[in-house]
Amino acid sequence: MSKNALEALIAPLAVVLAAAALLWLVLLGASDYLVTLIAIVLLNAALAVSLTLTNGFTGLFSLGHPAFMTIGAYVAAILTFSARRKPSMLPDLPAFIAGLELPLLPAVAAAGIVGALVAIVVGFPVLRLRGHYLAVATLGLIVIVQNLALNWDGITRGGAGLAGIPRLASVWWAFGLLVLVVAVAWRIKFSSLGRAMLATRENELAAECTGIDTVKMRLTAFVIGACFAAMAGALFAHLISVVTPKSYSVLLAFNLVVMVVIGGAGSIMGAVVAAAAITGLSEMLRPAEESLGLYGFSQVVVALSLILVLFFRPQGLFGNREPDFVRRLFSGRLFK
Amino acid sequence: MDAVLEAGGLTRRFGGLVAVENYTLRLAAGDLVGLIGPNGAGKTTAFSLLTGVLKPTAGSITVKGRDLTGRKPHVLAEAGLARTFQNIRLFADLSVLENVMAGGHLRYGASLLATLGLTQAFWTSESRITEAARAIIARLGLGEFTDRRAGDLSYGDQRRVEIARALATEPVALLLDEPAAGLNPAETKTLTTLVRKINDELGIAVLVVEHDMRLIMDLCRRVQVLNRGRLVAEGTPEKVQADPAVIEAYLGTRRQRAGHA
Repeated sequence: MSKNALEALIAPLAVVLAAAALLWLVLLGASDYLVTLIAIVLLNAALAVSLTLTNGFTGLFSLGHPAFMTIGAYVAAILTFSARRKPSMLPDLPAFIAGLELPLLPAVAAAGIVGALVAIVVGFPVLRLRGHYLAVATLGLIVIVQNLALNWDGITRGGAGLAGIPRLASVWWAFGLLVLVVAVAWRIKFSSLGRAMLATRENELAAECTGIDTVKMRLTAFVIGACFAAMAGALFAHLISVVTPKSYSVLLAFNLVVMVVIGGAGSIMGAVVAAAAITGLSEMLRPAEESLGLYGFSQVVVALSLILVLFFRPQGLFGNREPDFVRRLFSGRLFK
Repeated sequence: MDAVLEAGGLTRRFGGLVAVENYTLRLAAGDLVGLIGPNGAGKTTAFSLLTGVLKPTAGSITVKGRDLTGRKPHVLAEAGLARTFQNIRLFADLSVLENVMAGGHLRYGASLLATLGLTQAFWTSESRITEAARAIIARLGLGEFTDRRAGDLSYGDQRRVEIARALATEPVALLLDEPAAGLNPAETKTLTTLVRKINDELGIAVLVVEHDMRLIMDLCRRVQVLNRGRLVAEGTPEKVQADPAVIEAYLGTRRQRAGHA
C-alpha cells in the first residue's frame, strides 16, 4: 500500500464508520425480526452489487449466483459444523474435514475460494456463450448444483438439508461483506481494469481490437462475482442456521437480476438501493399475502416493477453511473 | 526499411466462395498505403484478416517480425496494430476521455491485485493513462468534448475519437476502414489532414481502405487495388490510375475503350 492509498482510504473509511454508527443506532431499538430483516437486506445488497460486477460491468448475462451461493453455503456449513456430530451426520466426509470445527471467518473465506475455483472451471467453456445462451447455461449450473446437493447424501444430507448450522453470522457480518463487496467493485470500476470491463460490455469487437483481452475481463468479473456470491451464501446459512438444496433457486437469480436492472446495470449504488427497496417491499407485502391468501403477490409486484422500469427508465435508476454525491463522498471532496 | 506489418498469401473462403485470395501486403514503418476496389471486392474481408477479426484459411500475418497468424485481435493490438471501424464502434456510454483511456489499458493498465491493493503501481498506471489520453485528445483537437458521452458526438467527431482511442494503444501501424464514410467534405478534409499528420509526425504506418477515390489518390503514396478477391494492381496513385486492370475493375470490360476512370 502506498501513501496515495492511505489518502484515498480516509474518506471511504469515514463513510463506513458513519454507516456503522447509523446501523448501530437502528439496531438499538430493533426487534429480532427487524434485525434479521436488516441482515437480509444487507446480504441481498452485497449479492446485487456482486452481480452488477459480473453482469453490469462486462455485459454478461449470468443467472448463476444461486449456484455459487449454494456451494458457498454448504462449504462453510460443513466447515463450521459441530465436530462431534459430523461423523454420524455426514459419513462421507474425509476425516480431516470431519474433525474440523472452524470459526466463521476462515469458513467464509474457504467458501469464497471454492466458489471462485468453480467459477474458473465453469467459466472457461461457458463464457464463450453470449447473451441468452449464457443465461441458459448458468441456469443449468443452478440445476446441476442443486442435484449434486440433493444426491450427495454423505456430505450434504440430501434433500433434508443441513439444519442446526451454528448461528455464527450476524447483521454485522452482513454489513462487513457489503462493505467489502462495494469497496472491491468501486475500486475496479474506477480503474483501468474497470474501464476495460465497461469497454467489453459497450462493444466487444472494438474492445478486443483496442487490445483488451475480453475473455479475460469476463472471466475475471465472473470469478469475482461468484466468489462474493459464495461468501454471501455462507453468511446466509449461518444466519438462518439451515441450508437445503432448494434454499437458493432460480427465483432468487431472477430477483437479483431485477435488482441490477432496476438499479442500473453497472451502477454499484443503484444495486444497493434497488436491493434494499425490493427486499423491503417484498417483506412489507408478506402480511398482506398471508392475511389475504395471495401467496406470490410480492413476486408479482417485483416483476411488475421490473416491467415499469424497463418501460419508463430502461437504463435503470442511475444508468451505469454512480450518483455524484456518493462519488464526492468517497473521494473526500464533498464540499469542493 | 523494416516491415511493421506483413501479410503473405492471405486467403479466406466462406464455404465455396473465395472472398480474398492470395492477398499480400508489406507495410513498412512510415508507409501510407491505400487499399481500394469496387463493392464486394473483398476489401473489408482483407481488413478483417489483417486485424485478426477473421482467421485466414491460408496465408500468414507478421507484425514486427512476429508471426501472429490466427491470433486474436487483442494479441495483434498488443503487437502494435490499431484500427478503426467502417461503422463507428465507440464505447458509446463512456465519456470521450474514458474511451481514449480504455486504449491505454493495453500498455499501462494495472493488474487486479495492484488495483485492489492500491499499490504505487496502480497510481502510476492511472496517472500515466490519464496523461497520455489527455495529450492525444488535445492533439486531435477534441479537448472540448473530453467529458462528453462519446455516443452523443457528431459522426465526424466520433470518428476522431475512434482514431484517438486507436492512438492510445501506441500502435506501429494504424488501419483505417473507410474513414471518410458518412463524412461531409469539410470533415473529410480535416480527416485527411489528421491522417497525414499521424503518419508524418508520429511515424505510424497507415493503411486506408476507402471507397473515396479522390481521398486515396490525394493521401496515399502507394495504392493497392483489389477486385474479386485478388490484387490486380499496386503502385503509385498515378500508375494505378492508368492501369487497364483497374479501369476494368471499376468500369467493366465492355467500356474498356471509353478511356480513363
